[in-house]
Amino acid sequence: MAARVGGKALALARMSRAGIAVPPFVAVTTDAYEAYLEATGLRVRILFELERKDFAEMRWEELWDAALRIRNLFLTKVLPEELRAALARPLAARFSEVATVVRSSAPGEDSAGASFAGLHESYVNVRGVDAILEHVKLVWASLWSDAALLYRRELGLDPRRSVMAVVVQEIVAGERSGVAFSCHPDDDRRALVEAVHGLNQGLVDGVVEPDRWTLDRRDGALLEHHQAERLEMMSAAADGVRLIPLPGNRRDAAPLAADEVPLVYGLARRAEGHFEAPQDVEWTLRRDELFALQSRPITTLTGAAGDGRAAYLSLTRSFDSLQGLRRRIEEEDVPALVAAADRLAGTPLESLDDAGLRAALQERKAAHDHGVDVYIADFIPFAHGARLFGSAYNDVLRPEDPYEFTDLLTATPMLSLRRNAALERLAACLRDGDEAAAERALAEYLAEFGDAGGFGGQGGASPGAHMVSAGAGAASGAASGAASGTASGAASGTDRDAVHDPAREEVLGVAHRLAARPSGRASARPDPAERARRFIEANPEAEQERAAELLELGRASWRLRDDDNLYLGRLERLLTAALDEAGRRGLQVDDDLSPRAITLPSPLGTASPVAGHGGQAGQAGQAAPAGPGAPPSGVRRQARQIVGQPAGPGLAVGRARVVASREDLAAFEDGEILVCDAIAPEMTFVVPLAAGIVERRGGMLIHGAIIAREYGLPCVTGVPLATALIHTGDRLTVDGYLGIVVIG
Amino acid sequence: MDASTEPFELLRELFSRQRLGVLATHGPEYPYASLVAVRADDDLRHLYFSTTRATRKFQFLSAEPQVAMLVDSRSDDDLDFHRAVAATAVGTARELAGDERAAQLEAFLTRHPHLSPFASAPTSALVELEVDTYFVVSRFQNVTELHMR
Repeated sequence: MAARVGGKALALARMSRAGIAVPPFVAVTTDAYEAYLEATGLRVRILFELERKDFAEMRWEELWDAALRIRNLFLTKVLPEELRAALARPLAARFSEVATVVRSSAPGEDSAGASFAGLHESYVNVRGVDAILEHVKLVWASLWSDAALLYRRELGLDPRRSVMAVVVQEIVAGERSGVAFSCHPDDDRRALVEAVHGLNQGLVDGVVEPDRWTLDRRDGALLEHHQAERLEMMSAAADGVRLIPLPGNRRDAAPLAADEVPLVYGLARRAEGHFEAPQDVEWTLRRDELFALQSRPITTLTGAAGDGRAAYLSLTRSFDSLQGLRRRIEEEDVPALVAAADRLAGTPLESLDDAGLRAALQERKAAHDHGVDVYIADFIPFAHGARLFGSAYNDVLRPEDPYEFTDLLTATPMLSLRRNAALERLAACLRDGDEAAAERALAEYLAEFGDAGGFGGQGGASPGAHMVSAGAGAASGAASGAASGTASGAASGTDRDAVHDPAREEVLGVAHRLAARPSGRASARPDPAERARRFIEANPEAEQERAAELLELGRASWRLRDDDNLYLGRLERLLTAALDEAGRRGLQVDDDLSPRAITLPSPLGTASPVAGHGGQAGQAGQAAPAGPGAPPSGVRRQARQIVGQPAGPGLAVGRARVVASREDLAAFEDGEILVCDAIAPEMTFVVPLAAGIVERRGGMLIHGAIIAREYGLPCVTGVPLATALIHTGDRLTVDGYLGIVVIG
Repeated sequence: MDASTEPFELLRELFSRQRLGVLATHGPEYPYASLVAVRADDDLRHLYFSTTRATRKFQFLSAEPQVAMLVDSRSDDDLDFHRAVAATAVGTARELAGDERAAQLEAFLTRHPHLSPFASAPTSALVELEVDTYFVVSRFQNVTELHMR
């Protein structure tokens, strides 16, 4: 029975039979899930998504991308009529007039060895049979979420054998709710009761701090009561739940009275006795009636602690937690990083004596380290904002292309796109032969962006600026210095520094190559305003304001993906400038003063999901070492066709240019196909020249994929050993529809 | 297999598990495909199969010795679609004779003992395919070429 209905449903049934009050519920068995997969052909489609490359080698972003595509399949494939009718009958009989919660109940979801708690989806306040059935499909889809896939991989479970049952349960909207642990997760002599005002969802999402009571298991005596700062509660809204301010008269009152705590604890102990193992019981109190909502074994007592589930859970952030994160980033993190960089940039290194330079090194190192900490703690998690928006967009509009939502995210162009647009303006002036206009455009470009990479404009003295205008350390110095030379490339006999400014020369080199094209290449994206309007209006009227907020959150998250390089890169350049100055003076400095690499904590791996600084470049594309499987001598291996992810639709045929460093970009020619390990924003100024992009690093939302879609370029990412198997000069066919690269 | 996996290792495993292959030959009026029992030598540079001389495939390869052989690990299960590995060997076929035939026939029958009466008959030819190139396909669309000469 457990294999057909899952542990959650089975636990509810057993508690009900034991006389514990549970809300009315129905279990949609795994048979329904299997029937849906067979009828729609999704079984094979899902495996197609997961088998593009070795599952064990997929980075987290690639799993998320696959999860989004799989989710979209569940959204767009309707239930077969016969199945729909079979499910609708019992659901309509019980739930046509009431609000429900639709929860996962996967076999093996909650066991002694593993707990998928929080990794599969639950939906609160779902009304009507049609909506219930749609949410059943979404719960099915959550079997294939990135977090669930990662956890299965860690446990060594074969995803092909995963199935899902679903519990549909009437909502009992208690005034107080919480979780009771019959045995404290960290101390088996104690028990723990947690409670909040309103619905449990706030506690589960981690956005509402609960009151906590610690009890002695021997006699139930109260040992400690931790009072929360009671500010908000989760309440049912028109569709779903909302976090609302807690009414004043409830802020001062603990969710449970002193004589109610033993009742809730007693419920947990009853469950423990019934299941013969310590239980974590979700409960709610409606008026004076206590209901158990679900019960499961406490895994931290049974050795499942130490798995990566906590990290996987962090991959899913609620709207409210992301809004809080955004406020911290915009109001605290970014201003602090900018202020620190401004302050450090205000001290010309040449003016310091050796002792002063050593002190400046320490200060700049500390500032950069802090920047890296902020990047890991706040910037990386905030990237989930774009993903949350993407999921919501797809849920509402169900587009054929699950990445259509990215069209809406560039209302405020990223720095790299503004930089490319400025390069195109300069190129247009050169193309027209207007030297004066070209000089102005060049000066404006250098003032704002500093160099071709585009991230040197605010870094104090950009590498070129101090060469152009001696003694100037600010961006304005770069502007005035740049204007004193000629943009067309003719050497000025009166300003030797401008001619030898490497940043200026690099920018002019790129601009001349762009100018050699018959016309510029601009962003190919459709107007996002119309799509945004369509998204917002597709939501129920009562939800449209929130939809607009979610879109804005997604845009802020999207912007930061690119702009975070500006903040952190500036601090890195300030540090390396000081290291360079020390080197010039012959000062001995400690090795640990060099810029710290960005590494994500295990189990998410060591590759940053955003084009990073220092940090991990992933596999360098080395061939497999010789071993028992190696071929006999004289056998030559040649990759002919490599499969990756279709990150940008289209077909491109052309000459490959393998780019391993910034220097390789100087040779990039119009119409070539850019092949790289992991493209960084400061490399993407050549993209307007490219016919297509191939990248070893996988992901639909990485910089290479983003900018390829901006320019309508065919793009394939996640290509194993791309820079080892493809060589500059190879003829490539890039199929951005299927995610295939053909060599030769 | 990904591009990072050693394809020769996959090829060895494929030939150790699969006993049958599909032989493709050129006819004067049409191409042709035949199912044959196949054996590979240890370094996979040569493949061996048996056929009676009266068959269409033998006539075709005698006239046009450039042939291909497909060996794969498919099953009928859609779920294994992406797990299957397929290798196409392209090269030159010739009939073996004398001591060379005797030695290779013994090895062939070690692999396919139930074919002893068939392969040993005086009307049957033992054919060697000297492989120029393997085209190894995995995960539906990953293709690697192994140039053996």
